Amino acid sequence: MKKFTVINTPVHNIDGVAKITGRAEYAFDVKLPHMLYGKILRSMYPHAKILKIDTSKALALTGVKAVVTGQDTLGIKQGIWRRYKELCDEEILARSKVRYIGEPIAAVAAVDEDTAEEALDLIEVEYEPLPGAFEPLEAIKEGAPQLHEHAERNINVTRHIEWGDVDEAFRKADHIREDWFRCSSQHHVCMETHNAVASYTPEGRLTVWTSTQSHYYIQVLLSWMLGLKESDVRVISRYTGGGFGSKFEIDSAQFCSSLLSMKLFKPVKIALTREEEFMATKRRTPMFYYLRSGVKKDGTFVAKEARVFTEGGAYTSMGATALYLTGFFQTFPYTWPNYRYDGYRVYTNTTPSSAMRGFGAPQATFTAETQIDLIADDLGLDPIEIRRRNAMYPGYEVPGQATIQSCGLSQCLDKIEEWIKSRGKLPPNQGIGIAAYGFMSGGIFNWFDTPYAFSSAVVQVNYDGKVDLYVGSQDMGQGSNTTMVMICAEELGVRPEDIRIHMGDTDNCPVDLGAWGSRETLMQGNAVKMAAADAKQQIIEFAAARLSPNIVYDLDIKDQWIHLIARPERGLSYFDVVKEAIRGKDGQPIIARGHYTPHRKGMISPAYSFGVQAVEAEVDPETGKITLKNCVTAHDCGQVINPLGVEGQLEGAMAMAAGYGFTEDMPMDEGKILNPNLVDYKILRSTEMPETKVVEVETYEPEGPFGAKEAGEGLTNPTAGALSNAVFHAAGVSIKNLPITPEKVLDALRKKEKKGKKEKE
Amino acid sequence: MEKHLLHITVNNEYRELYINPKRLLVEVLRDDLALTGTKRGCNTGACGSCTVILNGLPVKSCSVLAMQADGAEVATVEGLAEGGKLSPLQRSFLDHGAFQCGFCTPGMLMSTTTLLKEVKKPTKEQIKEAIHGNLCRCTGYNSIIRAVKAVAEGEYKEKGR
Repeated sequence: MKKFTVINTPVHNIDGVAKITGRAEYAFDVKLPHMLYGKILRSMYPHAKILKIDTSKALALTGVKAVVTGQDTLGIKQGIWRRYKELCDEEILARSKVRYIGEPIAAVAAVDEDTAEEALDLIEVEYEPLPGAFEPLEAIKEGAPQLHEHAERNINVTRHIEWGDVDEAFRKADHIREDWFRCSSQHHVCMETHNAVASYTPEGRLTVWTSTQSHYYIQVLLSWMLGLKESDVRVISRYTGGGFGSKFEIDSAQFCSSLLSMKLFKPVKIALTREEEFMATKRRTPMFYYLRSGVKKDGTFVAKEARVFTEGGAYTSMGATALYLTGFFQTFPYTWPNYRYDGYRVYTNTTPSSAMRGFGAPQATFTAETQIDLIADDLGLDPIEIRRRNAMYPGYEVPGQATIQSCGLSQCLDKIEEWIKSRGKLPPNQGIGIAAYGFMSGGIFNWFDTPYAFSSAVVQVNYDGKVDLYVGSQDMGQGSNTTMVMICAEELGVRPEDIRIHMGDTDNCPVDLGAWGSRETLMQGNAVKMAAADAKQQIIEFAAARLSPNIVYDLDIKDQWIHLIARPERGLSYFDVVKEAIRGKDGQPIIARGHYTPHRKGMISPAYSFGVQAVEAEVDPETGKITLKNCVTAHDCGQVINPLGVEGQLEGAMAMAAGYGFTEDMPMDEGKILNPNLVDYKILRSTEMPETKVVEVETYEPEGPFGAKEAGEGLTNPTAGALSNAVFHAAGVSIKNLPITPEKVLDALRKKEKKGKKEKE
Repeated sequence: MEKHLLHITVNNEYRELYINPKRLLVEVLRDDLALTGTKRGCNTGACGSCTVILNGLPVKSCSVLAMQADGAEVATVEGLAEGGKLSPLQRSFLDHGAFQCGFCTPGMLMSTTTLLKEVKKPTKEQIKEAIHGNLCRCTGYNSIIRAVKAVAEGEYKEKGR
């Protein structure tokens, strides 16, 4: 019998038909009887005291039903790092001070959106503008305007990582290189903007339909902020129109619609406009990066020192995680024997920066990989060779941090080297750059302070053999619903079409921490596998009497057939046995539970993915314009569960990462975002996509379900670095300031030309 | 404001309704006709999520006043599958994994359905051009392009489910 009947076959996305027929109901589509519409008044100032808010004129407007301000809240400062009080600093509706342009001040509910919008203009806010701090390197200086009373010099979080003897090792290096980099911001640009419909009823229950990556987090944070019991808040999120890290914290739509509904006992809907989305939801953390690296003449890595200053924006958000992870992933995927990292997250009067796909690792990978090519160039070494010499390998221990179990990095390097060779000699102004990377498969650290298992699942087998699978994981498009169905089907021995998944509803689903940190396949997957294995065992008990195995472990179920493992032709129909089993159990369906919480797996994650990406680009020396030609990625995600899903994840991540590398940015003027729309903020369009190719390198990850690990975020790490290296090899200039725009390339080319002329003279 | 009578045929069904003339086609489709398959991603004509077919042409329904569609024929994503049978393009989208979160998908389907009606065998460049105005943040477009190409090359001629 084949090893797998479901795993590693291309399975259609189980939500697919609903999505392509327009039937899928997103929170954005929810419309309830007597529903009101809300709008949020946002600060025009980057930093100001609120002296007075007068809502009387707004309330008097026909059609306006309620107005809430910070005075209507419990005045709680919340944060997703619940375990650490000092990192809970955001009120969501500001009471006395605003710290960024777009910060919510008041919210209105009215009969329609137009009326609510009109009412916003009638709210009178008296501000006392304060001087602002906008750049982290300025904001950290003595005497800079201070955002929060508790944070002197605006230092929000610091992180230190160190191993080996860094100073001693630098003394032994043959070559030392220092570089400064600037990593720009990036917005998630989910096609579905943040939105919520909240409905509070006299029973004291609040139901919130919303677009989220974690209904559990939203349930807990809302109940805290509103003074309700967790179980009295029901969060429903069946379909989520993109997340990418932007939708697992509580947002202004969820909080304000809930407040208004609790006041009115009517459903209230708030959907952020695209402009609000840019101004007032979170974004990728901009970073200033100092790197000093010491190597041997042959390219062996000896010591590295990294210092990072991040533009935190006005509140902590998920910034503490990004700050740690960028320091951790700065050494990836290499065996740096000595390393020191100091990270500083600095409060600024800008939109808070937080989690975004890759979570600090794209910044780390861009800076590290760009510098590695510069070092290789300094020493006359081949970019592949220097990486191969220092590559992580199975069993490698990152001192004090992590143990790498499966690692297909060297195979990935081989595959990419083969592809580069197949390209032959490139025409002038074209170059290939590579970048190697790794990423986590879910986080270990319980900063949210959940008392529950990190992932749980329930499997119920019914009389007709059909299976109800209950999970807490959230499918935001990455395909986790399909993955969970496949894992359940494989383990239980049925087909994907035998399973109905129930998710996206805190009333009916067990807890899972949500879809972030590339955790679902491994963590929710392990919980599903455990539940399915238990259900299978219960069914096998009933088959044992008729198949008389030597011991019960000789039986298995595959593709709806219960059989002796040694003699697969001897067996029974799964459906027949299930019928008997349920009658035999006093008519109860078969129910099984599974859970997973990582422990004793180091500081970061139970498993790591690896990969290498090559980007081929052309640089026009006249205009500086960069054209992407090819993008080839060799990725090790352990055992592939759904090839169709993995391919989609990898291609999509690459497109987003290419945007980060060369088209996307959020320029600001004193805290005001200058391009808060989809014309001026440039995500890649169809016509800009290069040819993409994905090479799967399969390994077996002992910690993952069936050997699987992450395939969602890691691929956002390499592209900016591979692109900067491609530009370096094509045009001879290295751009250390993202995004790599034509202006920057042209400027660097001119400088290079001038320098060349001077040297000639 | 005085309401105006809108005559409109949506997915082959003739409808008459009184509307505020300020309202956009996307609003009338979603709110009055409950056709929420048509999405709204920006409301400024920049993202393409609200693309519908108006008298045979793909348009962004957030950039059209509903009254501009008076007397017109409109097709939305809900009309693509007939009698429970998915269209060839829909089947190809499934096979090629040409969507993830699905929010841009209705718009993508409407743009590419029009393309395949206009051009029998579009080139890759023509497909890219046809969806240039439809933003997708999940897929990186290439799976969508492969899905359209497969239909153009006749892979989905036989009747499917």
